[in-house]
Amino acid sequence: MTVAERLKVRPVNVKARGSFWGRLFRHNRLARVGAVLVSLFILVALLAPVLAPPQGNCRRALGMTEMQTIPGPLAYLREVVATPDACLQMPRVGFAAQPNPPAADAPLGRVNGYDIRYGLVWGTRTAFFLGLTVLAITVTVGSLVGLAAGFLGGVTDNLLMRLTDVIFAFPALVLILVLVAALGPGLLNIIIALSLVSWAGLARVVRSEVLRLRELEFAAAAQSLGASRVRIALRHVLPNAIGPLLTIVVLEMGSLPIVAGSLSFLGLGTPLGYADWGQLIALAQKWIQGPPGQPFAYWYVTLFPGLCIFAYSLGWSLLGDSLAEALDPRNR
Amino acid sequence: MLSFVLRRLLALPLILLAVTFLIVLVMQLIPVEQRAVAYTTDLAQLGRIPEIIKTNHLDAGVFEQYWRWLGLALGGNLGFSRTSGQLVLQTLQARFPATLELTLFTLLPLISLSVWLGSKAAVHRGQAVDAVIRVLAVISYSTPSFVLGVWLLVIFYGVLNLLPGTGNLSNDSAIYFLTGEIRRVTGLTTIDALLSGRLDVFWDALKHLIMPVFTLMVVGSAGLIKGTRTSMLEALNSDYIRTARAKGVTEGVIVRKHARRNAMLTVITLAGLSVSGLLQGAVIAETLFGYPGVGAWAAQAAALGDLPGVLGFALLAATVVVLINLAIDLAYTVIDPRVRYA
Repeated sequence: MTVAERLKVRPVNVKARGSFWGRLFRHNRLARVGAVLVSLFILVALLAPVLAPPQGNCRRALGMTEMQTIPGPLAYLREVVATPDACLQMPRVGFAAQPNPPAADAPLGRVNGYDIRYGLVWGTRTAFFLGLTVLAITVTVGSLVGLAAGFLGGVTDNLLMRLTDVIFAFPALVLILVLVAALGPGLLNIIIALSLVSWAGLARVVRSEVLRLRELEFAAAAQSLGASRVRIALRHVLPNAIGPLLTIVVLEMGSLPIVAGSLSFLGLGTPLGYADWGQLIALAQKWIQGPPGQPFAYWYVTLFPGLCIFAYSLGWSLLGDSLAEALDPRNR
Repeated sequence: MLSFVLRRLLALPLILLAVTFLIVLVMQLIPVEQRAVAYTTDLAQLGRIPEIIKTNHLDAGVFEQYWRWLGLALGGNLGFSRTSGQLVLQTLQARFPATLELTLFTLLPLISLSVWLGSKAAVHRGQAVDAVIRVLAVISYSTPSFVLGVWLLVIFYGVLNLLPGTGNLSNDSAIYFLTGEIRRVTGLTTIDALLSGRLDVFWDALKHLIMPVFTLMVVGSAGLIKGTRTSMLEALNSDYIRTARAKGVTEGVIVRKHARRNAMLTVITLAGLSVSGLLQGAVIAETLFGYPGVGAWAAQAAALGDLPGVLGFALLAATVVVLINLAIDLAYTVIDPRVRYA
């Protein structure tokens, strides 16, 4: 009997879980395009040591021998997982500010002496690192604050929500500007500033979910079984309340590098030479006009970094948009 | 109704207090010597940093500093912005009209186009039109304004040389404003040029607006299109639409008169949000296109740690956001007679 029960229950479960993602990708071409784009960037981040082999100080930091162009297995792993700072600095070939067209040693060209290919490949890692770190912080803080506000109510709720009001009284970029201006430039400070501003939206979403969920039967059932308030909040309400964050998180993955790029563009971003897409655009800004008679001479300087940010963001947006459509009950 | 407006207006100073205190608090992270540099007006004063710290009480506690700033601000003295080399209040007065002009020229086409596209997508749900509009919205969402702007500059300024790449007026036209031949009545260059009957200057100002406006429109339209589509779908699926159909009302009238009006509530909220979005878009667009508005100045002030300048801009931005929110709440009562504020 138990065997039969298992047989009956399990396949149904598996099918129900598999069918959502299966349906999402089978029926939605845009979702597939998004997934392919995002996978490509993940691949680029993982293959970075091959696509843009280490140079100069980075080779020394990884302890590479003269003969190697690509680091050995251990050094490879180290470069991808715990990248030494030296490897995130774009190698500088020459100090002429003038851009150099694509050539054998720099297939995507050079700007300010920096190899654009190196910046784009390792900038992918920067984008993922930035997005994942900021989201890990904001989702944790946002859900805890939302949970506390929704579950405790009263004064706590009021105080926390007024705090989000103050954050929302600014256009987000303005507040981030102020924060980065105060903290100083650098990737870590950008991450802190982005986190300080973007937890508020997530907290509000979680709060409204918590307010709805805590009145439902399953919360009452848990309470009648003798579960403590903390247990109900953390084990029963919270897991259900963070579901709606999925779409937001996917969309944010795509938009965070845009915000970080805007900061670099405004001169408040990563230190000069750091492998970061926004920085490359900021450098490109000076080369909008070509030399007299060849207006299109520096096309590679603006095209490649721009396309790179756009494609990365597009991939996540397509995924997020399709997710939102698929999760929306009105579309069933 | 009146008491609601009054209560909301009374809340405005409270929010502004919180907002400015937050900024003064954050600015304490900057080392005091560096903050003092923001108060110098020339190189010679760099040698007198300790003195400047003393006279401006920069080493005092955060509450005392805030209290001093507040006292001066209430007297109409927002301090001196090193970035612009002018008083903050003067800078705001001089630069806000340009930002206002940019925002106004963006807002109308942005909202009407997005609402049109959004409702078109909802009406033709699941068809090719819907798919195309959806892709457009996703593309607009994932285009960074600085990338789009740089590309536009490369093509229309660098290569084709069709549009001016910087500022809001060419030198030839700016002279008319400097000599007073065109009087500054509204502060908006296009309107003032029209009022003086100078069509050539009007056209010149308009040409300077095209690229920044287009950039802001593309970047700002995603949320509006999506939001309009969702609320239109909701409206189209409701009972009163079915009733209208049963009565034999034509499809066009249903969309225009019944559905769109009910979908407007959400659209108004989103439109209000997009004003605040435009304000932050302006920071980038103005920097990129060398447009002499408050956004470009704020970006510079932030990069230089110019505390009075940043505070001044934050005050302006927060005031605009709060007032817009109030305007949205009031618009609800006009659109939906069921909404009443006690």
